[in-house]
Amino acid sequence: MNMLGQWIAFKTIVYREIRRFLRIWVQTLVPPAITIALYFVIFGSLIGSRIGDMGGFDYMQFVVPGLIMMAIIQNAYGNVVSSFFGTKFQRNIEEMLVAPVKEITILLGYVVGGMTRGLAVGGIVTVLALFFTDLNVHNWWVTISMVFLTALVFSLAGFINAIFAESFDDISIIPTFVLTPMIYLGGIFYSVDLLPEFWANVSLVNPILYMVNGFRFGILGASDVGILQAYVMLLLFVAIGFSSALYLLTRAERLRS
Amino acid sequence: MTNEHSFAALEINGLEKTYNNGFQALKGISLNVKAGDFFALLGPNGAGKSTTIGVICSLVSKTAGQVSVFGHNIDTHFTEAKQCIGVVPQEFNFNQFEKVLDIVITQGGYYGLPRRVALERAEKYLRLLDLWDMRGMVSRTLSGGMKRRLMIARALVHEPKLLILDEPTAGVDIELRRSMWEFLEKVNATGTTIILTTHYLEEAESLCRNIAIIDAGTIIENTSMKALLRKLTREVFVLDTKEGISTELKLPGFVFRLMDEHCFEVEVDQHQTLNQLFELLAEQGITITSMRNKANRLEEMFVSVLNAPDDSEANDSEVDSSTTQAKGAAV
Ligand SMILES: Nc1ncnc2c1ncn2[C@@H]1O[C@H](COP(=O)(O)OP(=O)(O)OP(=O)(O)O)[C@@H](O)[C@H]1O
Ligand SMILES: [Mg+2]
Repeated sequence: MNMLGQWIAFKTIVYREIRRFLRIWVQTLVPPAITIALYFVIFGSLIGSRIGDMGGFDYMQFVVPGLIMMAIIQNAYGNVVSSFFGTKFQRNIEEMLVAPVKEITILLGYVVGGMTRGLAVGGIVTVLALFFTDLNVHNWWVTISMVFLTALVFSLAGFINAIFAESFDDISIIPTFVLTPMIYLGGIFYSVDLLPEFWANVSLVNPILYMVNGFRFGILGASDVGILQAYVMLLLFVAIGFSSALYLLTRAERLRS
Repeated sequence: MTNEHSFAALEINGLEKTYNNGFQALKGISLNVKAGDFFALLGPNGAGKSTTIGVICSLVSKTAGQVSVFGHNIDTHFTEAKQCIGVVPQEFNFNQFEKVLDIVITQGGYYGLPRRVALERAEKYLRLLDLWDMRGMVSRTLSGGMKRRLMIARALVHEPKLLILDEPTAGVDIELRRSMWEFLEKVNATGTTIILTTHYLEEAESLCRNIAIIDAGTIIENTSMKALLRKLTREVFVLDTKEGISTELKLPGFVFRLMDEHCFEVEVDQHQTLNQLFELLAEQGITITSMRNKANRLEEMFVSVLNAPDDSEANDSEVDSSTTQAKGAAV
């Protein structure tokens, strides 16, 4: 199949992914909006006013970019992991395997689908945030590129999780035991300056730290890590994630008998 | 572009498959299906039919051997090979939560069909398969027969030259089965090669021109349907009588068995005629009220071939009719 055919197949997968999360919007769009809104209320308004400054901003301003990022991360990851695992589980992955769709097309289709969900939820959460605080974007380019790269990295991660997953347990173990700690320790709720030096250094291997701080830089103009360093790390994670996902999908022993 | 007409629709050479658990499902299969053919792949449960089909459509990786579809090797020219094949798998494998029309159009998209074309084709095939009115239904809510037809429509959306159906009529009622047969005959008449597996031998006999029988991962018979049926050396008939019959019934030269007072079974081999049988019955003053074949002819053939894999010409006189029936039912 030529490039045009692959492009059509790609669009088909993306539309199908979007159709899926819109069809079950009560499960995919509403819960994250409610959860994050609760964070805004509790950390931002109720507790936040007592915390005082964080990283030079009032706590609500500090925490909002991190919470938006958290929504994007969880939803990009969650969309790809459940959708691709579901496709394997119901065996409708065979529909793609019998057709001349290239592996890279399948991967990009799922990833763009996951990014779309991440960005959709991110958008909803951003609108909700406006009820609690003002958002003045310091640098649009940084803000938008950070959002895209983050959604991309975690869509890829969700895809890798789904390739390995053989049961429904496998698609909740990683989010619970790996992703959640990474998110909570990724500098969403606090500035790493607060940590003892050792833990601050450990935090530097956490990709979420770069995403949250990069995004916070885009909005507030301040960050715990250098913005260049954030880009380098994110691009590195994209490269690793993309090549591993593609390699695993091509090998696909777990998909074909 | 090569001229695909000069190639066989399907050519398999020395195909072997050993599953990860060490089980060898295919032990060196070779098959050749001509373009335009209507071909039956028969075999008992677990023979390796679905495995063979899985390899042909890239769902199962092979251990050894070569497969070409219209001259396109499935390893080196998989894109071209895949474009030629449409497959209806044995088990439902569409997304249970999607709507009927979306499933067919999406499949078209995977084959690179622009949405407008995919929509036209989806409408065409859903109408032909009587599913157009259900296009907005979530596939999970369809009946079993509708789900089968949905998978057929899905397999045809890119108008493949080779349509492979793995037990398309399993769990489908007689009326619907017959309408599916008519549909498949029409598809075949337009030049599409069809390969199907089935456990209904009547289906193979009435639809297919050529046949292969596979057992325990080996092809044990590969011939035309006519030639296979000619090999039939013996038929078993069931006769009902008006008069009560007893153990005194004498039919020299015939193997027979009393079922009850008004019914008996008799074997007629290729050297005997029904006239001989009726003369003997008339001599004893027995009136026959009805007569029928004990089992489908192909079923008998099938059982005899499976029982004598080393020598398919072998006389199968040792097969008694009770095994025939039991095996026939299990086929
Ligand atoms: N994924 C698998 N792993 C291990 N063994 C398998 C696998 N799939 C099939 N088999 C085995 O391979 C053999 C052939 O199976 P296959 O499904 O090809 O049979 P079949 O002829 O289609 O049977 P049926 O008529 O019941 O559909 C069986 O013994 C089966 O148990
Ligand atoms: Mg089978």
